[in-house]
This record gives sequence, C-alpha cells and structure tokens, in this order.
Amino acid sequence: MAMLKVTDLKVYYGVIQAIKGISFEVNQGEVIALIGANGAGKTTILHTVTGLIPPKNGRIEFEGKDITKLQGHKIVSLGMAHVPEGRRVFASLTVLENLKLGAYTRKNKEEINASLEMVYKRFPRLEERKSQLAGTLSGGEQQMLAMGRALMSKPRILLMDEPSMGLSPIYVNEIFDIIKQVSAEGTTVLLVEQNAKKALEIADRAYVLETGNIALEGKASDLMNNESVKKAYLGE
Amino acid sequence: MLTNIIEQLLNGLRTGSIYALIALGYTMVYGIAKMINFAHGDIIMVGAYALYVAIINMQLPAIPAVLLTCVTCAVLGVVIEKVAYKPLRKAPPLAVLITAIGVSYFLQSASLLIFGATPIPFKSIINVPAVKLGSVTVSGLTIVTLIVTTVCMIALTLFINKTKAGSAMRAVSEDKGAASLMGINVNRTISMTFAIGSFLAAVAGILYICQYQSLRPTLGALPGIKAFVAAVLGGIGSVPGAMIGGILLGIIESISKAYISTELADAIVFGVLVVVLLVKPSGLMGKNSTEKV
Repeated sequence: MAMLKVTDLKVYYGVIQAIKGISFEVNQGEVIALIGANGAGKTTILHTVTGLIPPKNGRIEFEGKDITKLQGHKIVSLGMAHVPEGRRVFASLTVLENLKLGAYTRKNKEEINASLEMVYKRFPRLEERKSQLAGTLSGGEQQMLAMGRALMSKPRILLMDEPSMGLSPIYVNEIFDIIKQVSAEGTTVLLVEQNAKKALEIADRAYVLETGNIALEGKASDLMNNESVKKAYLGE
Repeated sequence: MLTNIIEQLLNGLRTGSIYALIALGYTMVYGIAKMINFAHGDIIMVGAYALYVAIINMQLPAIPAVLLTCVTCAVLGVVIEKVAYKPLRKAPPLAVLITAIGVSYFLQSASLLIFGATPIPFKSIINVPAVKLGSVTVSGLTIVTLIVTTVCMIALTLFINKTKAGSAMRAVSEDKGAASLMGINVNRTISMTFAIGSFLAAVAGILYICQYQSLRPTLGALPGIKAFVAAVLGGIGSVPGAMIGGILLGIIESISKAYISTELADAIVFGVLVVVLLVKPSGLMGKNSTEKV
C-alpha cells in the first residue's frame, strides 16, 4: 500500500484551474521528486496535501487514512511535515523557539529534547545560533532551520518545497546531502524542485509536471536519460 | 510645586496605565488578525455595566463581581470575533473596518436599550485609603490601578514570551500558513487573542469606572480612541509599544491639563501623535513596514 496516495486531484484558484486531475503515489522509504517549470503546480500540490488549500476534487490518503478534508493544523500530528517554499521561518522568534514550535503537537518533554539534540547534531550551526532571531540567519541557515523545525515533529514523511531556491551552490549541496541522510534514516521524502538535475540525482522515482498535468513519470534514473526531460529541464 | 508635579505625574501614570491595558487589546488583535477592532473601546463600556449589574443587581461581593465582569467581556470578545470578524477573514480590510464600527454601534445601542441614556451613578468598589509619602498624597485608587496594571502587564509579557501558547500566538501573527503547518490551530489562537484583549479591556473598564463613577452607553468611546492613539504611538502590533504608548499618553495628558490648559489637553495629546508619526511613521517601538491600515 502506498504511504501517500493522491487520486485525481483538481485545484482551482478562483476560476483558474491550477491542478487538472493529478494522481501520484509515494511509497514508504522512497524519495519522490516532483519536477517542472515555474507555475506547473508543484507548490499547489504540496499545499493541498497539507491542508493549506482545499481541493475541488480528488482524494488524498495518508497511510490508508483519508485526509482530503482534514484541517491543515491536524496534518502534522499524523506524521507528515512540510518545509514550505521560501522557508517561512518565524523571523521574530529565536532559532530555539522556531524549533520548539516544530514539536508543537508533541507532548513528551524528554522525547522533544531528544529530537532537539538530533536536530542540533545534524545542524550544528543551529545550536550555535539557538538564541538568535531566525530573521537574522542567512538563507542557507534559514533553510536548515526550516528543515530542523519540520524534523522536530518526528515525521514519517517529509514534504520539501524548493529547498535549493535562492541558495549558493555550496548550501545546495549541503541541503541535498542532508535530504539523503534523512531518507537513509527511514523518513520518506516528497521533494518539489526546480533544480531537476539535483532532484533526480537523489530521487528514486519522479513525476514531471506541466501546467497542472503529469507529463511524465518513472524511475529517476530513466527520466535523467529521457531526451525531452534532458532538453526541457536538464539544459542539455 | 514639586509635590504638585509628582501628584500630576502619578495621576498621569494612573490614567496612562489604564490606556495601556486597553491599547494592549488593540495591538494584540492587530498583530494577529491585522485589523483595528474599533469595537474594543465598547468592551470597556460593557465591562463597566457588567460590573454594575454584578454589584447592584446581583449583590455580589467585589472580587466575584470583578471576575464575572472579566469573564463576561472575554467571552463577548470571542463571540464578536466568531460572529462578525471570522466570516470576513479573507475580505478586504475596509469591509472588516466598517464591520468593527458596526459592532461598536451595536454594543452602544444595545446598552442604550437595556440601561437607557441617563447616566447611572456608580460608587467605586475600590475602598483603599490614600497613602501619604512625605508631602505627596497617593490615592487608594491610584495605588490599586498601578498594582493591577503592573501585574497584568508582567503576566501578559511572561505569557507571550515564555509559554507555548504565547509563542504559538507570535507565530500566528507572523505567518498563519506556516503556523498551521506546525499544528497550531489558527482560529483558536485568534479566539484566545480576542479573549485576552477583552479581558484586559474589562480590567481597564473596572478601573476606569471606579475613577469616573458614572455609567453611559458611550463611556468607552473616549478611552477607546485614546488607547488606539496610544497603540499607534507605541507602534501598532508591538506589545511593549502599547504599554509605553499608553503610559506616555496618560502622563502627557495629565501634565497638559494641569499646566497648560484643560481644554487643549486632548489637542496636545493628538498633536504628539502627529509629531511622532511624522518622525517615525511606524510608532515608537514599531517595526518598519509598509502595511496600510
């Protein structure tokens, strides 16, 4: 059974149809990439899955449970964390406060502290800057904070929206290494990325989105060698 | 002369700390819902009448009457938000603003219907003897007001900065979508903000009515607008700003009344606002932003 299963999803912004009937699946342990140009609907899909936008039609199932109509704030406690596009860290809160909000729905203090230790181990820079306001961090550090904050909820699936956006190449490599590590430790990853090359390198399977439709899908390694993908997204 | 100045400063501090309590409601609601709740001043009025009903009609002792008043106003604040503002969460700001003015008139008219237009005399429930410090006399009301407002402000500051609910509140005021991704119930957080703001307005209403000792349906209008000015002066959205703005406003008002002119006091208060906004448009403690109210 698929861990996350999206069936015939349709999403509208007013009268404009952004998502035109998309179906995809994410299996336990996979890294799945959704790639496509600006405006293809990648972010909209993630927002719909985590309840920030209501779909017009379709069904979203997580671990067999229908979450299509579930309110956004109830999603995270099911084990699904979303690192939004543009990081969206709470700029006027400290790094530590941001991380603690990541564990907002968890009750056990000891377990939360254990998660905090793990996040600090993965992102030593966050520990160095824990009492600094998040707004004063660099873009790369904010991306780390957004990831750390999401990991604080101990998710079984991590949804990541454009983690490489606006980052220097060094940070991009670092972030993708961390995604690989997170995946190796057993967290399923659904990755939305414009940087198709990077995304296909770490993904198991991928879906190529074009203006609200899935144009192609398959193994990441196959898509990397697909002529039209090469031409349109890999710049070869 | 010095004695007089100190007494005037204390008066200003008393009025100012009441303004500050009210201003906190404006600023917190603005921070989280990005709206100016023009009905906030009328919560003070409802608080004053609720206290009157609790003391005179229900014959309650002072402390339970005060608690009942505060709870009534907190619940009213939440109900107003749910009924009038929540359906407009995605509406243009002007629609929300006009609705808030509508709610304000609704509350005034309701109390006009229930209690009539004739002012009702009300005896202060604060019967603490005045204290003499050297040649300065500090009234019991001033002492109680300063203690109560200080306690409220410290409690609120600790709540916002040190508790989980407080950081959730700050998160919602910064980014509702991201807060929702953390599992924070945005609607409940907004309700909580209205409850706290209205609770503080009730406390302010009680202190205010103990000072003026007369009930009218429009009694909330003037302290309401002054507190709004205080919130803008301090920087709308900023909690410490509302506290500083309120106290500053009270002191300026009291000093102008005593040494310049009673008639001109309000003009001077608003004049200070104009000057501050010319120099620092975001207010004393406000963040620089280009948001339009």
